[in-house]
Amino acid sequence: MKKKIYLDFAATTPLDKSVLKKMMPYLENKFGNASSIHKFGQEASEAIDETRTKMAKFLNCKPTEIVFTGSASESNNLAIRGVIKAIRRKKQAGEKIQVITTKIEHKAVLEVFKDLEKEGVKVVYLPVGTDGIINIDDLRAEITPETDLISIMYANNEVGSIQPIKKIGKIISEINKIEQHPIYFHTDAVQAANWLDLDVNSLGVHLLTLSGHKIYGPKGVGILYVKEGIPIMPIILGGSHEWGLRAGTENVAGIVGMGAAISQIKHTKTNTLSMLKLKEKLIKGILTNVRGSKINGPLKTDDQLPNIVNFSFLGVEGESLVITLDEAGFAVSTGSACTSTALMPSHVLIAMGLTDLNAHSSLRISLGKYTTIKEIDLFIKILPKVIEKLRRISGR
Amino acid sequence: MEHFTNPKFFGKIKDADVIGKAGNPRCGDLLTLYLKINPKNKTITDIKFETLGCASAIASSDMICKIAKGKTMEEALKIGFQDVSNRLGTLPPLKIHCAQLVTEALKDAINKNLLNA
Repeated sequence: MKKKIYLDFAATTPLDKSVLKKMMPYLENKFGNASSIHKFGQEASEAIDETRTKMAKFLNCKPTEIVFTGSASESNNLAIRGVIKAIRRKKQAGEKIQVITTKIEHKAVLEVFKDLEKEGVKVVYLPVGTDGIINIDDLRAEITPETDLISIMYANNEVGSIQPIKKIGKIISEINKIEQHPIYFHTDAVQAANWLDLDVNSLGVHLLTLSGHKIYGPKGVGILYVKEGIPIMPIILGGSHEWGLRAGTENVAGIVGMGAAISQIKHTKTNTLSMLKLKEKLIKGILTNVRGSKINGPLKTDDQLPNIVNFSFLGVEGESLVITLDEAGFAVSTGSACTSTALMPSHVLIAMGLTDLNAHSSLRISLGKYTTIKEIDLFIKILPKVIEKLRRISGR
Repeated sequence: MEHFTNPKFFGKIKDADVIGKAGNPRCGDLLTLYLKINPKNKTITDIKFETLGCASAIASSDMICKIAKGKTMEEALKIGFQDVSNRLGTLPPLKIHCAQLVTEALKDAINKNLLNA
């Protein structure tokens, strides 16, 4: 069996060994239920409190503003449904809830809004440019005195485009100063966590979602930052855990792991630059060696995550490309989902103006902290051969 | 899997007697079948495919060529998507449309040929 090379860090990251080490005691001897009064329980609840303080420091907020959940999808659901549930109770009969989001959100946001539309919520989906970034004037134009909630992702998972969260936060806070009716601002920061500033005060967000397994932490744990005073109600009931916002016995090992993972994140220029170096080598290698290849996403380095790049390869379908590369030992992913009953290509790439065929021929390569130059070299060597083979089959 | 990684029937037949097509860009699968037909006994003497599509679409294309080669047009018309799927070892439910697509392309080709005759 030849060595497998993982270039899909945006899908999930491996668990860091030191993180696992910190988690282990809570999977073995320290198994207590954090709600129990005895020593076993105290041990668990202390570990959670400690992690909460760590998270708060990382986000520059209060520990009481951190809610641990079971995943980033759950955090997104809680942020959106929880806030809407709370403000709906204050509305007069006939008054509609109004929200703004983008066309390129993760499904864990988009599907929630689609569902809420069926319940009478008015949702505006902002378009994006070919760079995968919203136009701030489009947002300004859509904000009304009745806007209740705005949810815009920090960085996109398919193309790595970064949204101007700080600017949006500023616009919202200025409006909130003069308008009586407040707008609440949520961002899904899952993909941004490894690279971008997550100081919730400087970003001006009221709710922020993070995931454990995208930052070399465990799966099955996420967090939602909820600014003090923001109206929100639980969507999972049955206990007073997490300030009454999320019932369920705490995943102590997972929470401890999330804290250990967060402690390892260092937003340094050196980290970003060395990642950029790898990505630039990859991009150059592909553009020179594969004819008919095109990058999907922002052109400017500052507008995108340093570890994600998305390509379209004319005359090749993404899924067969991923499977062929997998056979050759490389793990990557595609926005061409030929498995759903709808068979629709990536909603992100379509929103960016790609044709159906180009969206179906897309490949996402996402690098991580374990990626080496040697792996990039091997990938650049194999990719042109794989693409030529599939083009012979497609006759294109 | 073998029919995807090492397809035997891909390519073009330059002097094909008839060409069948199926698929649309929306779903991401576009396929073309090239057929050579013996006018006397109406059998498919050669068949090749060009498919832009997922692994199942490519494997289904290869399989239908394998099944159809040597058959008369009448016999070939009777090839159902289940035949393609079963011979591949049963496709997962979400990929059945790939087998349907290749039978459509073959029917398209044969119907065109009958019209021309």
